[in-house]
Amino acid sequence: MSGALLEVRNLESYYGPVLAIRGISLDVQEGTIVTVLGANGAGKTTLLKTISGVLNPEKGAVRFAGEAIARKEPDAIVRRGIVHVPEGREIFPLLTVAQNLEMGAYCRADRGIAADISRVVDYFPILQERMAQPAGTLSGGQQQMLAVARGLMARPKLMLLDEPSLGLSPLLVRGIFNVIRRLNQERGISVLLVEQNARLALEVADFGYVMETGRIVLDGSTEALKESRDIQEFYLGGHQNSARGDRRWKRRKSWR
Amino acid sequence: MEDLQLMVGGLANGCVYGLIALGFVLIYKATEQVNFAQGDMMMLGAFIAIGLGNESHGGLPFWLACVGAVVIMAAFGMAMERTLLRPLFGQSQIAVVILTIAFGFVLRFIAGAIWGHDPLVMDHPIAGTHVTFGPVVLSADEIAVIAVTVLLTGLLYLFFSRTKLGIAMQAASQNQLAAYYMGIPVKRIHGLTWMLAGATAAAAGILFAAKGSVDPSAGLLGIKAFAAAVIGGFGSLPGALLGGLIIGLVEPFAARYVAAGYAQIAPYAVLILVLIFRPHGLFAQVSGKKL
Repeated sequence: MSGALLEVRNLESYYGPVLAIRGISLDVQEGTIVTVLGANGAGKTTLLKTISGVLNPEKGAVRFAGEAIARKEPDAIVRRGIVHVPEGREIFPLLTVAQNLEMGAYCRADRGIAADISRVVDYFPILQERMAQPAGTLSGGQQQMLAVARGLMARPKLMLLDEPSLGLSPLLVRGIFNVIRRLNQERGISVLLVEQNARLALEVADFGYVMETGRIVLDGSTEALKESRDIQEFYLGGHQNSARGDRRWKRRKSWR
Repeated sequence: MEDLQLMVGGLANGCVYGLIALGFVLIYKATEQVNFAQGDMMMLGAFIAIGLGNESHGGLPFWLACVGAVVIMAAFGMAMERTLLRPLFGQSQIAVVILTIAFGFVLRFIAGAIWGHDPLVMDHPIAGTHVTFGPVVLSADEIAVIAVTVLLTGLLYLFFSRTKLGIAMQAASQNQLAAYYMGIPVKRIHGLTWMLAGATAAAAGILFAAKGSVDPSAGLLGIKAFAAAVIGGFGSLPGALLGGLIIGLVEPFAARYVAAGYAQIAPYAVLILVLIFRPHGLFAQVSGKKL
């Protein structure tokens, strides 16, 4: 496959002393939502950090719109149109909501920033009321919204979203995922979504990869993945018949 | 009357402490490093201003000498970060502490080698003049020191609250990782913070020299400024200035009203009291992360 917006080829990357991703290749086609599923410690966050330039890969290549971007500085990568919305709402706690949003546009020099703030806040109306408040005083869900909104301020072509549902109530999770879908449809933003909530992720995404201990073990369109028995069993917690339940330990090995 | 004079003198000293403390806090907030050479950078700034401006040395006009000292020290701060501190990025705090203490000694000897170890006095337009309000006689240089500090504080406040670069500096100090994610060039921001700390040190040095004589060991009052920064919360810019003013005010009153020999410990007694009753300092910015 070539001509994808983001192409990752045979990427290997360390997280501290651990080789956390061990030869990953994946594609994000322009205008699609791609999800990466996997358990804790599978290397999903390391993958995103390597793409956004916060970590340098050991081996392998990352191409964005045809240009090699591995080992570039994070600001150079943001400037090219990739923005990483990290896990755990890494906002600037003592800056106001408005200042947080302005920092999202740090790499831009155009005059449309103020207009963009109101456009971005349309997606998250609650932020409008909190504009002058220090971001650290927002609730967890509002901080997550702020993190996504701040990422949008960079006018990304591709958003890397790391666990946007982490620690949020089901209702807020719905809200965030609806916004992700709207951003994709209305503004054509491509999304690489890392998520533990597989059911939701498969609902919103077009294509999915499954990661386990640093490798891709399964990929396919989300329709196909939803039908996959492994996915149903291990990620969706589907209802299995008893015979399958007995042989579970064998199936678990089948992805390696 | 006498108390008012003591107060003005104390405030003027406190302004110098406060500006040095500001340098400590600027660097600590941005990089989590403590620069124990900050006092010696102040001393160097004072000597550069004297070297450029005094009749016996460079002979430049006073204002030009001041600007020159600030620019040179700004470049010096940036160069210091690039050559000495950046290789230590990610190393333990103690390595940075030892490095900056040692570098402070180096600066002291360099200044001694260039300008000599005897006290020098800066030539400036209002040296020795007085302002009289009825029975109160105040020295003009002390009032000028306070006025200039107020002005600098205002400028710094505007810089940090209004400019994109200032807000980015705050952002990088509050959450370095998130700053990387937003494409804020964190390393360049660190360099610029050291530049600002160098410029602040030069300003403090010029103000210090305006009130009296300078010798290479003048930088040792950085210890008092460090105490001021701790009193203020070591992470708060207004706190650093306030801490400086408190120490500056405590000193002359203790010297006047407390038995000789005990007066020198007064600033540190204040420091200990603050640490006992407000362990995070007066302007603590401690906030737990929401989960």
